[in-house]
Parts: sequence; C-alpha cells; structure tokens
Amino acid sequence: MPIEYTWAPPEDGRLYGGLRIDRIDGPDKAAGRAQYSCDRNLPAMLVAKLVTSPHAHARITKIDTREAEKITGVRGVEIMRRPGTEIQWAGAEIIAIAAETEDIAQDAADAVRIEYEVLPHLVKEENLAKAGARVKPGTDKTEGNPSQAFQTADVVHEGYYGCSTVAHCCPEPHGQVVDWQGDDVIVYASTQGIGAIGAELSKILNVSPSQVRVITPVMGGGFGSKHSIDTWGVACAKLAKRTGRPVKLMLDRGQEMMVAGARPSLYGKVKVAAKKDGTLTAYQSESWSTGGMSGHAVPPLPYLIEPPNHSTRHSFVSTNTGPARAFRAPNHPQAAMLTMCAYDDLAAKLKMNPLEFFRKNVGLTPRPEVYRTQLDKAAELMAWKANWRPAGEDPTPGPMKRGLGISIHTWGGGPNSSEVRVTIHPDGSVVAECGTQDVGTGTHTALAIVVASSLGLPVSGVQVKIGDTLYPPSGTSRGSSTVGGVAAAARRAAKFALVKLKEAAAPALGVTGDANPQIESRFARLAVKVDFSRQMSWRQACNKLGARSISVVGRQPQPEGGKLADSGVGGVQMADVSVDTETGLITLNKMVAVQDCGLVINLKAAESQVYGALIMGISQALWEERIYDEASGKLLNADMEFYRMGGIGDFGELVVHVMTGVYDERGVIGLGEAPVISPGPAISNAVFNAIRIRVPTLPLTPDKVLSALAGKQRGSA
Amino acid sequence: MPAEGKLTVTSDKADEQQKEAVPRRTFLHGVGLGGAVLLAPGAAAAPLTGDGMAAAGPGPAPLILIVNGKTHKLQLEPRVTLLDALRNSLDYTGAKKVCDRATCGTCTVILDGEPVYGCTVLAIEAQGRDIQTIEGLSASGNPHPLQQAFVEHDALQCGFCTPGLVMACKAFLNKNRYPMAEQVQSELGGNICRCGAYPGVRQAVLDAARKL
Repeated sequence: MPIEYTWAPPEDGRLYGGLRIDRIDGPDKAAGRAQYSCDRNLPAMLVAKLVTSPHAHARITKIDTREAEKITGVRGVEIMRRPGTEIQWAGAEIIAIAAETEDIAQDAADAVRIEYEVLPHLVKEENLAKAGARVKPGTDKTEGNPSQAFQTADVVHEGYYGCSTVAHCCPEPHGQVVDWQGDDVIVYASTQGIGAIGAELSKILNVSPSQVRVITPVMGGGFGSKHSIDTWGVACAKLAKRTGRPVKLMLDRGQEMMVAGARPSLYGKVKVAAKKDGTLTAYQSESWSTGGMSGHAVPPLPYLIEPPNHSTRHSFVSTNTGPARAFRAPNHPQAAMLTMCAYDDLAAKLKMNPLEFFRKNVGLTPRPEVYRTQLDKAAELMAWKANWRPAGEDPTPGPMKRGLGISIHTWGGGPNSSEVRVTIHPDGSVVAECGTQDVGTGTHTALAIVVASSLGLPVSGVQVKIGDTLYPPSGTSRGSSTVGGVAAAARRAAKFALVKLKEAAAPALGVTGDANPQIESRFARLAVKVDFSRQMSWRQACNKLGARSISVVGRQPQPEGGKLADSGVGGVQMADVSVDTETGLITLNKMVAVQDCGLVINLKAAESQVYGALIMGISQALWEERIYDEASGKLLNADMEFYRMGGIGDFGELVVHVMTGVYDERGVIGLGEAPVISPGPAISNAVFNAIRIRVPTLPLTPDKVLSALAGKQRGSA
Repeated sequence: MPAEGKLTVTSDKADEQQKEAVPRRTFLHGVGLGGAVLLAPGAAAAPLTGDGMAAAGPGPAPLILIVNGKTHKLQLEPRVTLLDALRNSLDYTGAKKVCDRATCGTCTVILDGEPVYGCTVLAIEAQGRDIQTIEGLSASGNPHPLQQAFVEHDALQCGFCTPGLVMACKAFLNKNRYPMAEQVQSELGGNICRCGAYPGVRQAVLDAARKL
C-alpha cells in the first residue's frame, strides 16, 4: 500500500494547520545566547574594516597604503579595486584591512590615501528630463487594443505615481568570520543562503565545494539582500588565508546603507479607463526606475488586476547609487503603487466606493474568489461600510481629516529545492537535519512541527539542526520559498521513516503483512488500529530498532508523495489614516491585513510575518527613503537617525487575519513577501480619501502632503 | 556568550586569578582582542592633569568594569565604547552593534539602573558602575519573566534587536511597575525592530508586568 504523504490524514498529530506554537529558538534569542556571525570571537581572530569611495563616480588613480601598514597591529591589506578601476557609487569598497582590533583596523583604513579622477555623476532619477543618456530602454509591450479602449471608455483618468528607493537596513550588517583550517575554510556568514554562498566562494577561491563549510544558525535580518558572498566576503577569506588567522569583517552602518541593498524606485505616468459601471477596460503606463548602474527586473505592470487592453513601457535610469538587491517581494510594492493608486483615483472619478470598484474588478485577477472573500473579510474588520465616506467628505471640524484606502496583492511563494534528513534513534530521539537557514521567519520551528506532526510526537520530541552546509542541501531563503521546500521534504522524510519504524515494531505488536496501514502513531504511542490494547510507547518501538537508527532523506521536489506545496497567494489590506492638513503629518489609525498562504504550519509565526511585513510596509510608505545629494553624489542619510524607521508607538492598531482551514488542500505556500506589498498604495489611497488630493509619491512625508494641499488650493482658487 | 568561567579576572584577587589562567579568554587577551597585546611597556603610566587626576590614554589604560555583579579588569584605550568593551573584550555579545549612533537601541544595557545605549557610552565612563547586560538576566539558569513573555508573544523574529529590547523593557518595568499600554507606546520608542515584532513586544511587556 502506498505511503500517504499528503497533509492531514486522520492519524497525523496535526500540530500544523492553525495552532500557535512558540518558536524553538525563542529562548536563546531572548536570553542573548543566540550566536550571530558578528558575535563570533574566535581565538586569535583579526578584525577587518573597509576603505570605501567617497565619490559617486570616479576613477582610482593611486592607492597608497604605506601609512596604514606602519600602524602597530595591522596584519593584512587586501586591495579589492586597483588603480584604473572606475567607481560607480559612493561607498564602493576598495580596500580591506585586517588588524588586531577593530579600532586599529579603522585607524589603518583612515590612514589609506587614495587619489581619484572624479567623473560626472547622476544620483537622482525622478526628473527623467535630467537623466539624458542615462535612460536605457527596458520593455515595451501591448495587449489588446489600448488606444481604441481609451477612445471608447466612459471614464478615463491620468495620473503620476511613484516611490523612492528604500534600504533594507538589516540590523546585523552584511559580513562574516572566515576561519581557515588547513585547506578547508569555515565561514560564519550573515546570509540567507549558506549553500549558495559556499558554492560561490569555492569557485572564487578555486577550492573544492567540499572544502567550504558555511555555518549560520541564526542571522540578523536579510530581507533579500544577503544572497551573495560579496566582495567583502572574498576579501575576508583572502585576508584570513594570508594572515593564517581567523578574520571578522562586518560592514559598518554607513556602508550597510550605501552598498548592501536597496529596493529600486519606480515612477510613472499612468492612464486608466473604465465603463460607467466601473468595469476596467484599459491600462497604460510609461514608467522608469533606478536600481543603481545596472537594470533590474521590469516591474509587473499592470499589477495583478489586468484590464483586457494594456500597454506598458518601462525604462531604466543608470544612477551612481548603491546597487539594488532583491528586497522582500521584489518589484511588487512599486508596481502596486502604479496600479492600485490609479485605480483608486479612477473609482473616485466614477464616484464609486473603492470597495465596490475593487470587488467588481477582481475578476481580472487569477483568483477572483479569493479576493472577494478577502475584501469582504477586510471590510468587516475595518467596518468599511460604516466608516467610508467619499473623498474629502470627512465632516469632522478642524484640520484633522480621516480617510480609508484599499490595496490588493499577490505573490508566488512556491517551494525551493530542499533535502531533509530525519533520523530516528533506538533511544527514541529524533533528529531532523537540513542545510537551510532561519532568517527570522521561523524555519527552525516549522521543521520541528512538520516532523513531530508526521511522526505523532510532540514538538519537543524532535531536535532540529539547520544552518550548516554539512546537513543535506537546501535552497536559498528567497521569495518566500523556504517553508514550502523544507516542509515538503521533511514531511516525506518523516512519513517514510515512520513506516520503517512501524515495520520494526510490527512483530512485537503482533502485526503481520504491511505494517504501515495497520499501525498508527499518535501521542508518542504506536498502536494497532483494530485493537488498541496492542500498543507500545514511542521509545519502546524505537528500542526494537536494535543498534541501527532509521535515517531517511526526503526531497522537494520528489515525484512520489503527491503535491505538498504550492505557489500563489492573495492578500487584501485596508488603511485608516488621519491627515493633519496644517502640518502635513499622517497618523495611521488602523491597518487591516487579510492574507492566505495555503496550509499554515505555525499560525503564531505566520501572524508575526504579516505583522512584520505590515510594519515594514507602513514604515516605507510614510518615512523611509534614500536621500541622495545631487551636488556631492553622496547618500545623505546613510545612518539610522535620518533614514527613519518607525518605533513601537508609530503604527496604530494592526489587525491581522491569516486564513486557515480554507486553502489547506493546496499545501504549504510561503508568506514572507506578500503582505509587504500593499501598505504603500493602501495608505496612499487612504490619504487621498481623507484630503481629496493625491500625494503622488512615497514616502508620504509632511512636505509632500502640504505641497499637494497647496496645489489643490491653487487649483481651486 | 555568557561570560561565567571564561573571563580572566576579578577585582580583589586579580593577579592571583590571572595566573590561574582561563585558557580562551587569556588567549584572546594575549592576541589582542581586548587590546592588551598592544599595550606598549609603560603605556599606562599616564600623565597627571592639573587637578591631580590621572589622564588616561591615548594608549591602553587599566579599567575596571563590573558586569552583572562580576568585576573585570581590562586594559583598554579610553576611546573604546562600553559596547565594544563588552562585546570584543569580555565576550558579552548579547548587546549588538547596529546603528553605532545612539538611534536604534540594539546595544541597550542598564547602567546604574538606567537604560543606556552602549555604543555611545565610553567604557571608562562606566568604570566602577553597575552594568547589567542581557546575560545577567537569566544568569541563574531560569529565564526572566520578560524573556518568557517575549517567547510566548513571539516578540522576536530574527532576534537580533531582542537583547537590547529586553533590556530596555526591563529598565522600563523597573520604573513602571504597573504600566499602561500607552506608556509602552511612548516610552519604548528608542528601540528599532526591523522585523516588526512590536505587537508582540507590547503584549510581552504588559504580560511580564503582571507576572513580575
């Protein structure tokens, strides 16, 4: 009889699916015991610092490290970019210096003399007219017949929308400790992909992949920016090799902000059309963005709700700014801004309640029923029908005006390739090993839940080992792909291992023939289904293994065992804001997020993901932006006092509803990205609803609100 | 990583204990993680200032830090921050360096009962004062109710800002035995959590206050 791998047969412990389970690594993290890469203080370790370019665009003409090398305690200098090299952004790394202490390394870095031929730069892209030859054509695509659709439409709206580049600002900076042991190298890296960066480093260093071991049990935030070994990882490894000592190199905060990750901007003119009843008929956009010097993936426009006729033209602006990296739901938040805001303005022109407008048009998405259900649920949680008023019609006297806004979003979240080894030992202990990493999303705990559920054990009955490339390989944690990959692989390994255990226990239980269907394992006991008097404890069953453990590797993808993971989720968010029309300050009163993610493994961690995504999205909607100075080419807020992120009191009431039990049959789908997409457009739409004027670009800072209000006054005067 | 048993020295019997040699820490000092190797002979012989006080530096100077009740004797340059002294010289790595500019709170420790940003206090300023770090909170082996509440309410994700947040919350609860939710909102604004675990933190603080 085939093994039942799929989720939710009755014998399962069912710890997944809707329970809220504490994170296994929580106690260590709350006690400060969790050891991050930057916490590694190895014996004889040196510390390295970087010398970076002060210029946004320049050619290195001369490098003089003599003064630096004279400083007592300096042990190694690695030139990363040589004279003649063209520097394309401020903060670009040029030299790494290793010394006995961080302070000495910094002194040495400060003592390096580099001469440059300074070249003209461009660091701002919003004003396309000033970008000149820096504008590079991207894509130009058309579906249906947009021009005819606009001609025959009942209502047409044209608007301008956009958002600045924002920084990942990972709490733990990028970096690593590298420790050579003979020809083998151990890398303690702050990374989202231990396997990937190990492979990358082995190629660069020209050593066998088996000689590189990456260890990352915990890491302090990546959000998409930590997928590569990076130049500083290579320099760190070379310095460690040359000095014969372990070397730690972590970026400082300024470098982190300048070079270690940003979300590309997006600006564009958008034209949309609908019939009188609100049915969307056409979308047209001319957009541009910067991701630094090179291009990046084209934003998916129109976003999610695709009218039958649309044309989109996109170009990239090459700027001398720190390069973009994948950032939580790459390209989606920007595309959502240029779509959901335009639709919202069109709804206002139609004098339609946006809730009705979106409800009507979700037929143009791949999953209309999901969005209808979610819109209804979100509207209920927001009391939309009672609280919504047409734009600018808040009757409250005084300067504070309140408004509501909607946005919807989607993400894939399909599983990565993963292998998980489940070992059942004769003493009853169970170990699950996987070369994945927990980037804060709860992967460690999810693995324990899946294995324990599948074996009929409590979560505490499973020891999980991750974050080391010695364990079976697993993909990079990107694009919400981890939970699906590791959960499916762990499920297969555990279910197959359990069959082996049942076979070992069968004789003692008096079972003959195919043991698997005749024995069930629940509550840490194995029992004969037709006669519960014949049972034994989990440990007794494991004792029957004698001296041999059961060890099974499960894989994702794997042909047998059916589909355990899926791709494609939907979400709806609604914002309630108050706008102070005298100061321009926006207060977020409340935000509602309704999200599906297939089968939920741990509702507690899932809800935390959504809360966290909301908070990040709200922060980027209201405050965050990289501010470049055109004169100097520098990033003016390469720090955390002027790169503003919200604190505990800045977010109003957050209501999170993760849908459970509705889409379980789809299997596991990743959740990290999706809920970060909608806060920008939902809040922008709420601000519009409050003051009846569009503040076109994120972040919605007070100066922009006031100038939009001033423009409205001029317009109506 | 907690320090017990690994660190070199305590106040009264410093010399004696140093001889007893705790291998790893002694080794670290020997190779200069704490800066000790760079101590040129006689460098600590500081000149006297006008009022008879010894001026320390610029080279390494002797320094005593009392961390979680334990006394540590160090040789550090006066420019070294309390955070760097804790992390790099004493291996108390719970407090983290993130902004390095007194903005994000991830380096929060409690100094004489007051929460401070370890990145902007010099180690010499903390000399002889009562320094409490996250490692001291569960030194008995049992987690503090705040730490338990952080786990129960999932007040952490990547966990990097957590030690600083826990210490800020501890200092807050020391002063606000029965806090209101509004106080949590307004008085714990000095700690940034990039994962956005604030809703859990809010609940954890209120919950821990009930259990303390």
